[in-house]
Amino acid sequence: MGAVSVKAEALVQRLAGLARPSGLAAAREAAMARLTGMGLPSKRDEYWQYTDPAALNAAEVKPADKEADNTALFGGLDAVKLVFVDGVFDAGASDDLALTGVSITRVAHALDTHWAQTSYGTLEALGQSPIARPWAALNTAYATDGLLIHVTGKAAKPISITYLRHSAHADAIVHHVIKLDAGAELTLLEQGPAAARLNHVIEVDLGAAARFHHIRAQGRDLGRHAVTHIFAQLAAEALFKSFTLTADGALTRNEAVITFAGPDAKAHIAGAAMGDGAFHHDDTVFVTHAAERCESRQVFKKVLKHGAVGVFQGKILVKKGAQKTDGYQISQALLLDDDSQFLAKPELEIYADDVKCSHGSTSGAIDDTALFYLRSRGVPLRAAQSLLILAFLADTIAEIEDETIAEDIRAGLETWLARHED
Amino acid sequence: MLEIKNLHVKLEEEDKQILKGVTLSIGAGEVHAIMGPNGSGKSTLSYVLSGRDGYTVTDGSATLDGADLLAMDPELRAAQGLFLAFQYPVEIPGVGNMTFLRTALNAQRKTRGEPEISAGDFLKLVREKAKSLKIDAEMLKRPVNVGFSGGEKKRNEILQMAMLEPKMCILDETDSGLDVDAMKLVSEGVNALRSAGRSFLVITHYQRLLDHIKPDVVHIMAAGRIIKTGGPELALEVENNGYADLLAEVK
Repeated sequence: MGAVSVKAEALVQRLAGLARPSGLAAAREAAMARLTGMGLPSKRDEYWQYTDPAALNAAEVKPADKEADNTALFGGLDAVKLVFVDGVFDAGASDDLALTGVSITRVAHALDTHWAQTSYGTLEALGQSPIARPWAALNTAYATDGLLIHVTGKAAKPISITYLRHSAHADAIVHHVIKLDAGAELTLLEQGPAAARLNHVIEVDLGAAARFHHIRAQGRDLGRHAVTHIFAQLAAEALFKSFTLTADGALTRNEAVITFAGPDAKAHIAGAAMGDGAFHHDDTVFVTHAAERCESRQVFKKVLKHGAVGVFQGKILVKKGAQKTDGYQISQALLLDDDSQFLAKPELEIYADDVKCSHGSTSGAIDDTALFYLRSRGVPLRAAQSLLILAFLADTIAEIEDETIAEDIRAGLETWLARHED
Repeated sequence: MLEIKNLHVKLEEEDKQILKGVTLSIGAGEVHAIMGPNGSGKSTLSYVLSGRDGYTVTDGSATLDGADLLAMDPELRAAQGLFLAFQYPVEIPGVGNMTFLRTALNAQRKTRGEPEISAGDFLKLVREKAKSLKIDAEMLKRPVNVGFSGGEKKRNEILQMAMLEPKMCILDETDSGLDVDAMKLVSEGVNALRSAGRSFLVITHYQRLLDHIKPDVVHIMAAGRIIKTGGPELALEVENNGYADLLAEVK
């Protein structure tokens, strides 16, 4: 059997248990056609060589049999609080979907006449080239829930989504579409373990000078298998900032596909991941500069111990004519023992001649000299190690503009470190 | 205060003896200087006393007010009142200087069973101490020693000393990399900390620093031993004649 038919076969098996919801039918139909053309990923695919998609491809969900940690973050923030349980919106536990300057509709309730009909799946479709992202196409076709958020002005407060996991077997497919009109502003917070198996897509369409802040804490859940995608497109002078904290998770693949469509826009994407033991974390990022004078930053750091594996595949593509591009990419891993592993593939592809692009990738242990310096001042070994680990991650947290939110994330990291001292 | 007896130390990784029987006694409130040529073991002595990895003590002892220093982790030695001002202060990106100072101070207090200092009291204290060392608010906010000049790093060491109030301070070549003005500032900082209950061990190549920080006792170290002990005049002798005569004298 050839590679293509293996992938097609895997797709048939994977889809056997899924039902395609009826709303947004045309977009789902188009996604289905894309998906059928691609099949599911296999380890032979260039961008799946470091991450085995088997657990995602399998027809059966691997049960997440350990209790998920649903501890809430961002509690002190005045926000519209929305709750999903095992990937399904829980209206009873959520605030009203009413916010000045914002319209919010559930994907599950979207009719074919909904505004999102022309947005849903659009950026995902664009993001399929030059690299296929079958999980995202599957998500568009099969998503059972999610939010369609249209922001026309400055949102009065952040939208804060909490994903709870109650079932050990849920196979959740969640799809959000976020559209910010010119000059609109929104902060989106996401947190929680979500589901035993999660396929999560966010499409973010930013109008001219729109500002979008995204802070995500993928909650502590040792059993979770997740594949997530963020597709963002930026018009002139737009700002996109996204930070993700991942603590634990059996398998997490976070993809980000960012395209500068207009000049003078900025996109910063950061990720802090910490894993102890059975932890495979993959950040795969693709930034396309198709307009002049845009700035992109990719800042990804991982703390790995007891055999945890970290992957970073980050690309900056500068198209012809995207002059004065400022592209930056750093990926680093702190390996707390000899068993852990970091695999990095930084890529630059540049077709403009007046650009500034830099990238770096390192992996190493805690600096002994710094550790001794702290201890010589009276800081005990464990506390000194924690301080240095937090310091290592500081550049990622620095990408969060709101200090209250950053402090919450720091507290979350400290809790994790306290639980994983040995 | 500090009693070092017949201390023998070798490098852990290679079979190389660095200290070959150092004996030294520093009383409360005294300032001792150790001078010596490169490679004589001065810095090794400071590292071994503060507990850095990489050294094996093969013989001898070191006690601080009777407590066995060599049996303690570095953090415990610090809590007992030992302080090493580093020759090369370490840069720690991502850790703010203020956080560093507060963490260290509170960690020591906790180890000694004392209550933590309140945020307000800490701020007042650090501002007051920083002012006399001409350390501005900006330097306190920056990550520990990152982007500091040589002089700023050394002043930051003295600030830590002033905040932590140790009873036994070791200054490892604190004068290295300092211009005349910076050396004066650092020395003034040290002198301000001199008291009846606090002792100093000043390690240096040059007599210059000892013009500012006047020692009670001067030791000459060579090849892992203290070969001569005397008063401040011994430092002048080294400055005028170099180490060659002293080394020849011993041989």
